[in-house]
Amino acid sequence: MKSYLEATARARIEAVFDGGSFREFMPPASRVISPHLAQLDAPVSFDDGVAVGAARLGGMKVFAAAQEGGFMGGAVGEVHGAKLVGMLRSAVQHRAEAVVLLLESGGVRLHEANAGLIAVSEVMRAVLDTRAAGIPVLALIGGSNGCFGGMGIVARCANVVIMSDEARLGMSGPEVIETASGVEDFDSQDRALVWRTTGGKHRTMMGDSATLVDDDAAAFRQAAIDAIAHCKAQPVQLTLAALEAEQQMLADRLERFGDADDALDIWTALGVPDAQQLPLLDATSFMRLAATHRAGGGQ
Amino acid sequence: METLNFRFEQGQRPIAPPARLVGVVSSGNLEVLIEPAALGGACDVEVHTAALGFGGIWQAVMNDFHARWGLADVRIAINDMGATPAVVSLRLDQAVESALAGNPI
Repeated sequence: MKSYLEATARARIEAVFDGGSFREFMPPASRVISPHLAQLDAPVSFDDGVAVGAARLGGMKVFAAAQEGGFMGGAVGEVHGAKLVGMLRSAVQHRAEAVVLLLESGGVRLHEANAGLIAVSEVMRAVLDTRAAGIPVLALIGGSNGCFGGMGIVARCANVVIMSDEARLGMSGPEVIETASGVEDFDSQDRALVWRTTGGKHRTMMGDSATLVDDDAAAFRQAAIDAIAHCKAQPVQLTLAALEAEQQMLADRLERFGDADDALDIWTALGVPDAQQLPLLDATSFMRLAATHRAGGGQ
Repeated sequence: METLNFRFEQGQRPIAPPARLVGVVSSGNLEVLIEPAALGGACDVEVHTAALGFGGIWQAVMNDFHARWGLADVRIAINDMGATPAVVSLRLDQAVESALAGNPI
């Protein structure tokens, strides 16, 4: 068992895809670095914090990206975003069987201001274009920085989200929520609360994430292979009907759980026996429970 | 940021392509890009570091590195975010070992 959480972006690529199959576009040696960070006299990285390319997954021709959470929290700058967009467009051009995004990001790289914001919105558009071309897009989330801000939206633009218990998915991170709403509402230092609210288990219970896996690169790999097979059996493009169903699902969620103070209340309302114990379950036991108790989701 | 350049002539040990990257640009860490280059037998190292004023220590770390490996026709580029000398040495060794062993990472 090899921890996905502890691995770097490049080590994740090696562990998730078929060994040695990754062919990188714009590799570090091409030295396409952020012009903004250099102007600010801040450290740069030769790959601008993301590796993109083509690979094989269980023999399937896939296109892939992996964000490096260690470099500026995986934040998306102009070059970083352009690499993701270029990879997605190339996936459409070369008829990839799927696109697999190994996401770990705090969102937009604030140093790059509007260039970063535009980059993230272009990534969203490119993900939806890829789906419109009939190519499923998967988001794998299992890094310690989670997947937040614009990249949280990108993840939910994908066909399937796969998370580990350690992963988090959301819009605003815990410190931002605490600053905006007050520590009485949300204590960002309370790690159990933070994970109950944005962690992989809650996201899977709510249907935002399709599958929860253990923190194991091989488990992510198998879940991705299974998810691609699942996607092939149905249309992958975003339709108006699917959007309306998603909207209805969110409205129902607000109606049903809007007054809940804590994820524990939601799990109890979903009929989870002994909801307090849910955070302690391993992925297999959790998925068995989720199969009968999770709320409806778009996936 | 500070840029430092080091060059060691008359190395003995070449490496094969492709270029390789080890490490990550995060706090107390660094990335090392190592690639073969026609440098007349020299090993060229360019360091971009966020920690200012440590040129003397970098020189000592690089001298030791060259004494260990004696690389020839190799270009090394480093993006550093305040790694300690021990971490720098380990990353440099990791880069050379991955290049010599043919590992992709």
